[in-house]
Amino acid sequence: MTVHTLTIDGVERAGVEGQTVLEVARESGVEIPTLCHLDGLCDVGACRLCVVEVKGSSKLLPSCATAVAEGMEVTTDSKRLTAYRRTIIEMLFAERNHVCAVCVANNHCELQARAADLGLTHIELDTVNPALDVDASHERFAIDHNRCIMCTRCVRVCDEVEGAHTWDVMGRGLDARVVTDLGMPWGESTTCTGCGKCVQVCPTGAIFEKGRPIATTKVTRPYLPYLKTNSQEVSA
Amino acid sequence: MIRPKLATVWLDGCSGCHMSLLDIDERLLTITERADLVYSPLVDNKIFPDDVDVVLVEGAVSTDEDLKRVTMVRKRSKTLVAFGDCALTTNVPGMRNAIDGGAAEPLYARAYGENVTAVVNGVVRPTHDVPHHLPRTLPVHKVVEVDVFLPGCPPSADVIFDALVALLDGKKPELPVGTHFGG
Amino acid sequence: MTDLVTTDGVPGAREADVDKPVRRSRRMTGPQVVGHARATAAVCQAAGCLSAQSDQVFEEITAQLIADGVTDVAVKRVGCLGLCAAGPLVEVPETGELFRQVSPDDVSDLVTRLKDAKPVETKPALEPFFSRQHRVVLENCGKVDPENIDDYVSRKGYRGLTRAVTELTPQQVIDEISKSGLRGRGGAGYPTGLKWATVAKQPSGEKYVVCNADEGDPGAFMDRSVLESDPYRVLEGMAIAAYAVGASHGYVYCRAEYPLAVQRLKAAIHRAEKAGYLGAAIAQSTFKFTVELRLGAGAFVCGEETALIASIQGGRGTPVPRPPFPAASGLRGKPTLINNVESFASVPVILREGGEAYAQVGVGKSRGTKVFALAGRIVNGGLIEVPLGIKLRDVIFDIGGGVPDGRKFKAVQTGGPSGGCIPEDLLDMSVDYESLLAAGSFMGSGGMIVMDDTSCMVDVARYFMDFCREESCGKCVPCRVGTTELHMMLTKITEGRATLADLVQLESVAAMVRDTSLCGLGQGAPNPVFSTLRYFRDEYLAHIVDHVCPAGVCALSGGESVA
Repeated sequence: MTVHTLTIDGVERAGVEGQTVLEVARESGVEIPTLCHLDGLCDVGACRLCVVEVKGSSKLLPSCATAVAEGMEVTTDSKRLTAYRRTIIEMLFAERNHVCAVCVANNHCELQARAADLGLTHIELDTVNPALDVDASHERFAIDHNRCIMCTRCVRVCDEVEGAHTWDVMGRGLDARVVTDLGMPWGESTTCTGCGKCVQVCPTGAIFEKGRPIATTKVTRPYLPYLKTNSQEVSA
Repeated sequence: MIRPKLATVWLDGCSGCHMSLLDIDERLLTITERADLVYSPLVDNKIFPDDVDVVLVEGAVSTDEDLKRVTMVRKRSKTLVAFGDCALTTNVPGMRNAIDGGAAEPLYARAYGENVTAVVNGVVRPTHDVPHHLPRTLPVHKVVEVDVFLPGCPPSADVIFDALVALLDGKKPELPVGTHFGG
Repeated sequence: MTDLVTTDGVPGAREADVDKPVRRSRRMTGPQVVGHARATAAVCQAAGCLSAQSDQVFEEITAQLIADGVTDVAVKRVGCLGLCAAGPLVEVPETGELFRQVSPDDVSDLVTRLKDAKPVETKPALEPFFSRQHRVVLENCGKVDPENIDDYVSRKGYRGLTRAVTELTPQQVIDEISKSGLRGRGGAGYPTGLKWATVAKQPSGEKYVVCNADEGDPGAFMDRSVLESDPYRVLEGMAIAAYAVGASHGYVYCRAEYPLAVQRLKAAIHRAEKAGYLGAAIAQSTFKFTVELRLGAGAFVCGEETALIASIQGGRGTPVPRPPFPAASGLRGKPTLINNVESFASVPVILREGGEAYAQVGVGKSRGTKVFALAGRIVNGGLIEVPLGIKLRDVIFDIGGGVPDGRKFKAVQTGGPSGGCIPEDLLDMSVDYESLLAAGSFMGSGGMIVMDDTSCMVDVARYFMDFCREESCGKCVPCRVGTTELHMMLTKITEGRATLADLVQLESVAAMVRDTSLCGLGQGAPNPVFSTLRYFRDEYLAHIVDHVCPAGVCALSGGESVA
């Protein structure tokens, strides 16, 4: 087991070979905001919220997908990083139709929480306001694409943990959507086991259990004790 | 001593932010001791004065009437506060933006056609003295310059009170950590 | 010039014994030539000329020669003759004549000329379009029949591969490449020798060589032309690379929008295997290397190497964060060498003539030659190859013939959607990796789009942003949403609805997209905005402040801010 010494925000830290910068930072009590990352799932480096500055690299690196190395000098917080992170959140709000007031995940939403952490008070960017579908064809669950931020946690938990691979991504750019079974209605999916893991890991109110606010879903159905659930993540 | 002039305006919103303002309860007296409430849906003045110090604007800009009012309000006020989510993000009134690109016609058809069983005086769709919808509902800062943003649906009474106190002292209010959209 | 005619003097006849039956019936052969051909009509069969019916030109010439009983003139299919704007092109190499815009309806003049054409000692002086070029990668383009392996071999084809596998160790091959100074011709300019050495150093075992033929920049057609005109050269380069890094299997990842390139590659792979230049025991050695073709499904982002790998593996073509780099962990997790078409096409010459010879040409750290596709408002649109270090002005005005219709040159866009626009003031700059970067542009894969005073630079930036928005895979937020937002801002400016505050926002969001995007597509997407702001800020201001489009392109609605 090789141990690497690195500095995070000027303080020396130790990380084991193969650990990510994010893991070591969090172990050390340094909080880096994330959205697509979830402990227990493979990292994709998609939301870019966790980008950090690494000395010697001209590019910002996603801390969730960057392995620690000997002598690495990491900066997790700077004026530029905060501004960029705020813009990322702003972009997510501008992209689809997030109306916190009427959302099933109100007060239990990671997007809402990250916006608050970063002091986002309004959306300076022009909003896109696309017309998006809600698929409520499943007996117990529904997905509202208006609230999806394309973190692909549902895709990964379904593939990596449940082993069903019901969820995947279709389309590209702004038209990218998470889909069930090659774009069939969720209720007609022949691969969905109905386990509800996607509901548990969704950071927003996009995937939810019908007839229940997110808050009670999380409290009464602790499906994935080894994965951080939505509400824990928010309260953390 | 001349007391600062305070005003509040209600555009396209549910008035929930104004209700939350009333929720500061007995602290209203503190505010009215320190400022003159010169214009508001809560008071009887019909004319927005020329020299308002602080104005709270609730609601999104949905109609030509809203646009006219907020432009006038901006001209006559020193500090304009976008008050609550509708003013900041368009919130619920902005949900029409995702339907046919925000076009008003589907809304009218729904409101005055599909959902209507009663016909009053033979008129199905009101046409007189009704403001026209803009092509899209806009947050206040897309129309006029905004000095202070107060998120929340509605902003909590405490957030409103603390902000007002700071504003009446001529300071920029600091939002408590965790102040967020929604409620 | 006898080497232009195939050994048996019957171009195309070789087809029958190797090709699949379905194509045998389709491909007409030239007229039967008795003995040596006195003259040859080399008819361009690359996509540009084909779209102007050069296949019918070939058939028409052949039919007339046969009808007239001519037996000493050969008609031959060749690859790109370069001057695409003037197609269909027919060259008579014996006399040095180039016939332009040959209509299939009227080849009689050309046939008359062919009947009494005689090889000449002194060929007519070449016009600058040809004389200023330096052809290395394109040495066979327009000379060989792209479907005929013997034709390729007759022009020193496969000498480089034979030398590599029979005389050199893999390390010596890498040394030759390093000595040549060759850098990635896909655009980024990473030293090719270093890349090969990195893959070679990985523990032995399964390794792959991948040719990136997913050319997708608007206005770029270099790789397509090379594949259509000289496919064996690319396969030879790949085989040499495989020998050097220790791979035994390779893939060509070609976009499906290039059906002719795909068809010729398929045929070339098939024939190279038959001829012993692919497969087991290459050039009678113990080295074996096989190549498979994979087709892209129309996503620009699949030119990004990690997305390309995902696509070859049958997955969704989206990039993943690097490191790890494909050289260490690529296709199926194995060390993978990825170079683009032109890089591989440069390799056979380096091995044949030596790295030092190749490095004779060039400037500074940019050695050798680069192929460019000239397009846009330029007289001689087409495919060219120039020594690195040539002046940009010479490329556009000498080779390209300048701007047509008496208009004024305004800018040249290089580097595709990640590139930038270079203004007239900088035309005397040298064309090399470092200079282009310093000018706020990018070498890119070699597209050069020339613009005159009828182009609005804000509109140009908006066009490229629209392209990136359309091609973003949607995986990371800054690229997915950022390119859309930037496009909305640029649209606002071109419609006259923007304020100076919007310009500030444009620059800050562009910086954010550049710095936080996952892959090169998003990181490069704001470049056209930055470069047009750098050189043409006055045009932005004219739209915003004066509500005027100086080029008269944009329809401005005025200062209405409420949409």
